[in-house]
Amino acid sequence: MTITMRAGGEIDELLRKVEALSSQNLAGCYQCGTCAASCPLRGSMDLPPDALILHLRFGLPGVLDRQTFWVCVGCDSCVEHCPRAIDVSKIMAALRQISIQESGDHLALAQLPETALRRLPAIALVASMRRHTG
Amino acid sequence: MGSSMQIAYYPGCTIKASAHQHEGAALAVLRTLGVELREMAEWNCCGVVHSLTSDNLIRHMAPVRVFARLREQGENEVATLCDMCFNTLARANLHARQQPEQIAAISVTSGDELSYDGGAGVLHLLQVLRDRVGLAAIRAHVRRPLRGLRVYPYYGCKLLRPAEVGIDDPETPAVLRDLMQALGATVVEGSLQTQCCGAYHVVDHAEIVAGRVAATADQASAGGAEAIVLSCPLCHYNFDTLQATSGAPLPVFYYTQLMGIAFGLEPDQLGLEEQQIALLPLLQRHNLVHVKGEQA
Repeated sequence: MTITMRAGGEIDELLRKVEALSSQNLAGCYQCGTCAASCPLRGSMDLPPDALILHLRFGLPGVLDRQTFWVCVGCDSCVEHCPRAIDVSKIMAALRQISIQESGDHLALAQLPETALRRLPAIALVASMRRHTG
Repeated sequence: MGSSMQIAYYPGCTIKASAHQHEGAALAVLRTLGVELREMAEWNCCGVVHSLTSDNLIRHMAPVRVFARLREQGENEVATLCDMCFNTLARANLHARQQPEQIAAISVTSGDELSYDGGAGVLHLLQVLRDRVGLAAIRAHVRRPLRGLRVYPYYGCKLLRPAEVGIDDPETPAVLRDLMQALGATVVEGSLQTQCCGAYHVVDHAEIVAGRVAATADQASAGGAEAIVLSCPLCHYNFDTLQATSGAPLPVFYYTQLMGIAFGLEPDQLGLEEQQIALLPLLQRHNLVHVKGEQA
């Protein structure tokens, strides 16, 4: 497997956007993995949060194709535990926002059966729409 | 009995719909305690989740509007039952206090109707019960102690995190444990009490929620719990509808319903039959309710 890393010192555009939207400095992460260890949903992610941060920092391709930031619901368990005080929930929110801006909404409410729409609590529907649509 | 304490009340959308049994039980319990929640004359959906990115200001509009309306009716403090509303309102309030220029920017877009400085307060009902009413007063109203009932308090995420708005220690919260013990119940605790249930994934990735709910209910059962007690209407929906554990599913109570039972209130005030997983068989087993027409 070949991994291409940025070596010229230029600032990766995606990293720059994520840092601006999240107000977080990703270079502060020292890859201890506490965020992944404390995440109740890591089993459903295709890349743990610490690895996603590393991919962003190295400018690795395919970050926006990952599911990790869609799986994150912002429960803030990682935020509470991060020894570097990095707000990982905000990084995930920034990635969702960039993905929605580039590729459109991630949830098709119209495809949900009407019975589900009637049954689900309003807070579930509104939260889901807010996190998945622009 | 007259009310000795009055607090403005923000219900939010779910409390008026799928979680109305929580509201009914809360209002009945609070009447007993001499607390009156006075519903705001005008309120709107809070937006449910706090906006986390720096350039999405418009999404602070909904919760800030709630505070602006609160101020208009001359109030400075509002209570809510819903964990998600509480979290969203408390974080928006903090944001308004810390970055007033951003609130001013969104206020301009609405003809200055959102003028608000972050100076009001928002309380979760559990804070009202713990900090204003007090556990001693709650204990004094117990007529039918929940003796022998083993409950697993589930906190989830929005009551506790982030710490700057959380109502209790984010690692080792005590408020539900202390409340249940004040009612005479036995409390079973475990490491998953403060872990997220998967929240809104119930909309289109219910399998994620089902996994979290099963793990938590299994932990509660393994510790000997007979029921789960919680506060959040979304957690309640997830635990009540997606609990596919290896054993029998655990009934899911709002803490207000258990308070009502311990206070000796009429079961029909407490919405006990509005759950998927029946509550009455467990309560009858512990001799805590009697179904009408049945020999006491």
